[in-house]
Amino acid sequence: MKVAVIDYGMGNLHSVLKSIEAVNEVGADIFLSRDPDAIVKADKVVFPGQGAMPDCMRELNGYGLGDAVREATRTKPFFGICVGAQLLFEHSEEGDTPGLGLFAGNVVRFQSGLVDAHGERLKVPHMGWNRVFQTRPHPLFAGIEDGERFYFVHSYRFAPADPSLTLAESEYPDRFACIVGRDNVFATQFHTEKSHLAGLQMMKNFLAWDGAV
Amino acid sequence: MALAKRIIPCLDVTAGRVVKGVNFEGLRDAGDPVDIARRYNDEGADELTFLDITASSDDRDLILSVIESVASQVFIPLTVGGGVRKVDDIRRLLNAGADKVSINTAAVSNPQLVKDAADRFGSQCIVVAIDAKAVTPENDRWEIFTHGGRKPTGLDAVEWAKKMQELGAGEILLTSMDRDGTKIGFNLPLTRAVSDAVDIPVIASGGVGKLQHLVDGVKEGHADAVLAASIFHFGEHTVREAKEAMRAAGIEVRL
Repeated sequence: MKVAVIDYGMGNLHSVLKSIEAVNEVGADIFLSRDPDAIVKADKVVFPGQGAMPDCMRELNGYGLGDAVREATRTKPFFGICVGAQLLFEHSEEGDTPGLGLFAGNVVRFQSGLVDAHGERLKVPHMGWNRVFQTRPHPLFAGIEDGERFYFVHSYRFAPADPSLTLAESEYPDRFACIVGRDNVFATQFHTEKSHLAGLQMMKNFLAWDGAV
Repeated sequence: MALAKRIIPCLDVTAGRVVKGVNFEGLRDAGDPVDIARRYNDEGADELTFLDITASSDDRDLILSVIESVASQVFIPLTVGGGVRKVDDIRRLLNAGADKVSINTAAVSNPQLVKDAADRFGSQCIVVAIDAKAVTPENDRWEIFTHGGRKPTGLDAVEWAKKMQELGAGEILLTSMDRDGTKIGFNLPLTRAVSDAVDIPVIASGGVGKLQHLVDGVKEGHADAVLAASIFHFGEHTVREAKEAMRAAGIEVRL
């Protein structure tokens, strides 16, 4: 099995790659790639992303990878992480950037001056370990408790136009979608590669996943 | 509030090894960074911070292989600071597996570096480290010091934190120079003044001697995360004990 981690120069790819290798009990060939052919020919694709969305989109297009990503989302188990998940939407407020448009909806900024129910100020970026509440069953939730904590670091979040895309939500202070997916595509706002055992379990589930829900 | 307050052990690294200061006299080898990182990770650390205190520039690159090894085995966020002067220093640390890079002295001598780095790599990975000392007996005004706390800058800590946020810092690592090494607790008025003045998260550092200090940093100092070194290094407390103490005080933690 070939697992391509898309390398378009944005983010901590070392950790993404190592975290998948750490749970590779199936002898998968896991590799970084910016070659559209290799990505389209892989059996599974991981699409990370970190930094500002305009830069990510520019780099992705610069390497001519937009079509390969779209193709992968249509045909194979596909895992988007952070900005790699945000890029699947139609548009981002960050730098007024068009996304790949696979999912209806936009990427919006957390408001500033947020407070929680106890009047405590909430900072932006939303940074740290927050709970992930599963709103729909999914094969990638195997062995992961509902409400488990994962590591987030982001100032923008996706707002799916179609509620059926939402697979899990977090709270800051309101509920927001933090995992979206449809068919063979699964995408998280948090960083599985930085979420210790829960993140590793999710990636292990991905390696075992045939793309059916 | 669902977001957990973070506990961050800090590891001083020189020439590829973790070191501990003993009563402010000299440094003692404390072991292999990967082993120590793994232990804190197992105890439930939310992130790890590595401070490269290598004196000789010849040995600077050793931190890269340390980070690479740790990042291959420990899957929580890693911050690296110490000697970061150029955008290229940041690029190399991030490529080695760091998630965040902390800029200290260079942010004062060249604030544009913070902006350039945030524009290039994103605010989420740019931490500005502020070392501040009280300059009034009332402990109500604090000045930035650089070069390990020896050099005054005339800059007001609260104003500086706001400026760093404007330039694109994603987080502030705030160390109280008056408290560092004293074990009498964080400078809480300083921590609160900075944390309340900015929208970005603030990590409190400097002065932790007992677990109650961590609680106070969050409750009184309004810190989003607390950093400590010696209480963990010398085996006084585990990270897990620290989290249990915070939870007992009503603070949400990841346990």
